[in-house]
Amino acid sequence: MMDYNEEDFLLLSGIQHFNFCRRQWALIHIEQQWEENVRTLEGAYVHRVADQPLLREKRGEKLIVRALPVHSKQLGVAGICDVVEFVRDPEGISLAGEEGLYLPFPVEYKRGKPKKDDSDRSQLIAQMLCLEEMLVCELSVGYLYYDEIKQRVEVPVTPSDKEQVRKIFREMHHYFQKNHTPKAKAGPHCQSCSLNQVCLPEMMNRKKVSSFIESRLNE
Amino acid sequence: MRKLLNTLFVTTQDAYLSLDGENIVVKNEEETLGRYPLHNLEAVCTFGYAGASPALMGACAARNISLTFLTRNGRFLARVIGEDRGNVVLRKEQYRISDNERRSALVARNIIVGKLYNSKWILERATRDYPLRIDVDRMKRVTASLSETMKLVRNVEDLGILRGLEGTAAVQYNSVFDDLILQQKEHFSFRGRSKRPPLDNVNALLSFAYTLLANDMKAALEAVGLDAYVGFLHRDRPGRASLALDLMEELRGVYADRLVLSLINKRIINSKGFHKKENGAVIMDEDTRKQVLKAWQERKQEKIIHPYLHEKISWGLVPYAQALLLARFIRGDLDEYPPFLWK
Repeated sequence: MMDYNEEDFLLLSGIQHFNFCRRQWALIHIEQQWEENVRTLEGAYVHRVADQPLLREKRGEKLIVRALPVHSKQLGVAGICDVVEFVRDPEGISLAGEEGLYLPFPVEYKRGKPKKDDSDRSQLIAQMLCLEEMLVCELSVGYLYYDEIKQRVEVPVTPSDKEQVRKIFREMHHYFQKNHTPKAKAGPHCQSCSLNQVCLPEMMNRKKVSSFIESRLNE
Repeated sequence: MRKLLNTLFVTTQDAYLSLDGENIVVKNEEETLGRYPLHNLEAVCTFGYAGASPALMGACAARNISLTFLTRNGRFLARVIGEDRGNVVLRKEQYRISDNERRSALVARNIIVGKLYNSKWILERATRDYPLRIDVDRMKRVTASLSETMKLVRNVEDLGILRGLEGTAAVQYNSVFDDLILQQKEHFSFRGRSKRPPLDNVNALLSFAYTLLANDMKAALEAVGLDAYVGFLHRDRPGRASLALDLMEELRGVYADRLVLSLINKRIINSKGFHKKENGAVIMDEDTRKQVLKAWQERKQEKIIHPYLHEKISWGLVPYAQALLLARFIRGDLDEYPPFLWK
């Protein structure tokens, strides 16, 4: 598997858009139909010097790092973890400048409450894959913190979950390389989409333009 | 479809525009004439010559608010354009189409179909509304001929032929345009189009309305990420917003001509507001321009059902809707560019 170049990195958080609707993801990440350009927004983080000392907060057996920039050459993604907790664990890994062994657990903050679908999970799994690659370790648990219920939900992750996420990113890269905005099935979820006015989902079910013109000319 | 926000027209001669927090401030010397929150605006058009602050220009560009400078007679001077958004892939495809005669013709012919269709129905409606005032037979001859031309245009793949057909149709439409003026005939009559400069009252009104439409069209094209200066029907010429002129063709009649006619026919304006200069150019006084702008703004608020999208939108968003449909065609979402066919 070839590693991706940094300039071809996709935005990790895009996996949420992609799961919601491929077309929405393409409009944002390929057509850049966004209030501001997401890549520039996060580019600042991605290019932060990797070896700068991280902002760490010690709480007993835990090291807490906020807004940790992460990336994966294998997936070709970059993003930011809201919080990563490093917990002392004999099975863990050593960290530069720290005593003892630690295991990292990403904690992703979400507005609202736990969702029925996997969209929140896949973003977390992508973060875990980045951490695995950057820290050379293996992870099987992450957390989603939901603001509405004010508590975190433990998310166990299996190898097949990880493979699933890798597959999604491969597909995203495929579209990105082709600069292709896929069509999508319009549905009730289109009403809640912020890009409704750019996408014009109802247009995809419209009759062909040629027949629209013909019918008008033959009035 | 997005919401239509307001356009701020600044008609005071020496007004200076600046930014204060989230507001645009209009000043005359030291006196503040008005403050308007930026978040309610989608465009600012100023006829003043004092200018605007760079901070305001930046704020407008960042918020996608088009900022346009016009001379006091409404001639276009400049627009402020911020950093490019949209995406380069879309614009490159636009250039590829523009460089290819046949592909350009396929878009341009639909635009011309739109123009002829709309012209035809303006005339048809007049025969329905004023059968006692209008020479119906003469009108019907023109509309029948426009219908014929439309069907020919539909199959043309050559820009030269297309321009020829369009020219012929324009001559026919112009030949009966004067019949649509039903009031103040002694001061407002149409004897053919004169642009640089407009030589009579009607042409002065038309030129002004077309300038406003062109500004809206340019802003709409930029908003969807297309290059307003690279067209399909109008060929490149430095400084000419060819694509804006292309898409305007469909809307000249329904958007601008109809407004001009209603201003005259409803006696909202009168001949006192027009002055002839030594070189024969006719200019409007500030009051008349204000009347036109007021009517323009009111027209933009009116709601219609978009013929292709079947969506309720305001007239003011029609340029944006057409720009969006063109972008979606260029991206390959649509089989053809759907013109605005207004009945």
